Amino acid sequence: MRSLVAETSTAPSGERAPARRSPGNRRAGPWWLAGASLALVLSVVVAVTIGPADLTWGDVWRSIATHVGLGGPLGLEPLPLLQDGMVWQLRLPRVLTAAAVGAGLAICGAVMQSLTRNPLADPYLLGLSSGASLGAVLVLVLGVSVLLPVAAFGGAVLALVAALALAGSLGAVTPTRTVLAGLAVSQLAAAATSFIIFWSATGDSYREILSWLMGSVAGATWTSVAIAGGAVLVLGTLLASTGSVLDAFTFGDTAAAGLGIAVNRTRWLLLVGVALLTGALVSVSGAIGFVGLILPHAVRLLTGARHRVLLPLAALLGGSFLVWADTLARTIFAPRELPVGILTAAIGAPVFALILWRGRRAL
Amino acid sequence: MSGESAVVPGAEGGRGLDASRVSWSAGTRLVLDGVDATAPPGAVSGLLGPNGSGKSTLLRAIAATQVPDAGEVRFDGEDLLGMPRRRRARRVALVEQDASTDLPISVLDAVLLGRIPHRPLLAGDTDADRAVAREALGRAGVEELAGRSLATLSGGERQRVHMARALAQDPALLLLDEPTNHLDIAAQLAAMTVLRKLAADGVTVLAALHDLNLAAASCDHVVVLAEGRVVAAGPVREVLVPAVIEPVYGVRCDVLTHPRTGRPVLVFGD
Repeated sequence: MRSLVAETSTAPSGERAPARRSPGNRRAGPWWLAGASLALVLSVVVAVTIGPADLTWGDVWRSIATHVGLGGPLGLEPLPLLQDGMVWQLRLPRVLTAAAVGAGLAICGAVMQSLTRNPLADPYLLGLSSGASLGAVLVLVLGVSVLLPVAAFGGAVLALVAALALAGSLGAVTPTRTVLAGLAVSQLAAAATSFIIFWSATGDSYREILSWLMGSVAGATWTSVAIAGGAVLVLGTLLASTGSVLDAFTFGDTAAAGLGIAVNRTRWLLLVGVALLTGALVSVSGAIGFVGLILPHAVRLLTGARHRVLLPLAALLGGSFLVWADTLARTIFAPRELPVGILTAAIGAPVFALILWRGRRAL
Repeated sequence: MSGESAVVPGAEGGRGLDASRVSWSAGTRLVLDGVDATAPPGAVSGLLGPNGSGKSTLLRAIAATQVPDAGEVRFDGEDLLGMPRRRRARRVALVEQDASTDLPISVLDAVLLGRIPHRPLLAGDTDADRAVAREALGRAGVEELAGRSLATLSGGERQRVHMARALAQDPALLLLDEPTNHLDIAAQLAAMTVLRKLAADGVTVLAALHDLNLAAASCDHVVVLAEGRVVAAGPVREVLVPAVIEPVYGVRCDVLTHPRTGRPVLVFGD
């Protein structure tokens, strides 16, 4: 909020141009960011109160206050153990994980779309998520002894390299080729994953792995929050700080080089950052599709393509989006839960079709 | 290879653009074969030649957006290829052919991209950047477009916005790849007028052009490329003559004199 006040107070001394409507009214940026931050906080707080057991806002606050050590000073009674567990052990980690994963996927999608100048780029469509899933399943099912996030990251990087190499070997890297190459890599990784599960998984692990493959935050713990939240805070912030660099790619690689950008080095650094972040996210939530596709497009319609606003705003709105998608996923058929990936795909596939249709001359 | 390239008055003392023995190959195909090309300071130079003669490649090589395999590019005595890339981006700007984007972007934001080499890499644009961007739009003659969306502009307007984006880089050397392509005749002349004014302000301008008559009417100096080699270079009057044009383009050509401007006019065919 403080930055918002600063922005508005300096605005009059800035440009005196008439405020005509155009993509990316630059004064609107800080307002959107402030609004989206507020929306994310409210989404988290409200979503925690929604569910089969009735919890009030007051209950949620009492539980959180107790756990962060404010209960005593504020003179709050701790919640009964069962309700407290529901807030602190189940819903809050789940909602926060959804927020972090949504934010991270939105940043990944926006960065990939800008770097490849491909409106269809997204970690899910280019096979990164499938590669990460394969890496993770190797650990979960076969007990390969590396850390889950590391395996997921390795899978994501291999998938990314394979998809871009395949697209590049066909000639100029066009959006169509990139998506088709990603599809091939994605299908291969999915087949390998299915084979491993079919061959090795038994009993309960089936259901768990299946919901994970479809993308779900149902099993989120505080460890998940730490992995996804930490990755978003560190890598997401780093990626989001490269706004001007990504802006330089607006008119393509040659234009970026002409603006003094080291095109190849920058592209690889950022793509490795995206693969790292995707790996961390997939290791906690599985492969949740289309968040990285939808959010950046929606935000560009709101504020234009300038990345210094686009990246943080896509992240904040992506967080809210996945919080609500997951809330819907766990309540719509209550007491049965859907993996949230089914819902995001149900929303995202039509949006994908719309983008295809709008960009039909470019394909 | 190009023994005929003429000495350019005004390029003494290392001023202006001086590219020598520039070579670049795509796979096994030699696209630029030891090109020597100059552009005098404060003048409009035209880079001519048939399709595939290497015009675009030479411009990219000079801007070092596609680093040549061999050769040297000097501008005002400085080695452009060896210069740090951000510093080079403050000296040289390249307006590409058909630069486009599918992303929604306003004209002012597009022009502001030209300020990127002038500020710290991760910083945002400042009021000063916006002032320079508006001035660049003014120099390109399209200040009134600042608030529009790039996607809604006509081809001629868009081309001038791209020129403004290059001017926002505040370059001393401006390279343009067929800046009049797909423009109607009024927009072509307007674009060339902008280039003439820039040259008068001291900018060294080198533009690849298809239309020989446009070059004859607007350029001070021309360089003719064929199959990756310079076949002629020098003042318009000396280079745009049947002996040069006929073998390069494979057409009959007569050169007349414009009754009003006194500039050469080329007429083609038997």
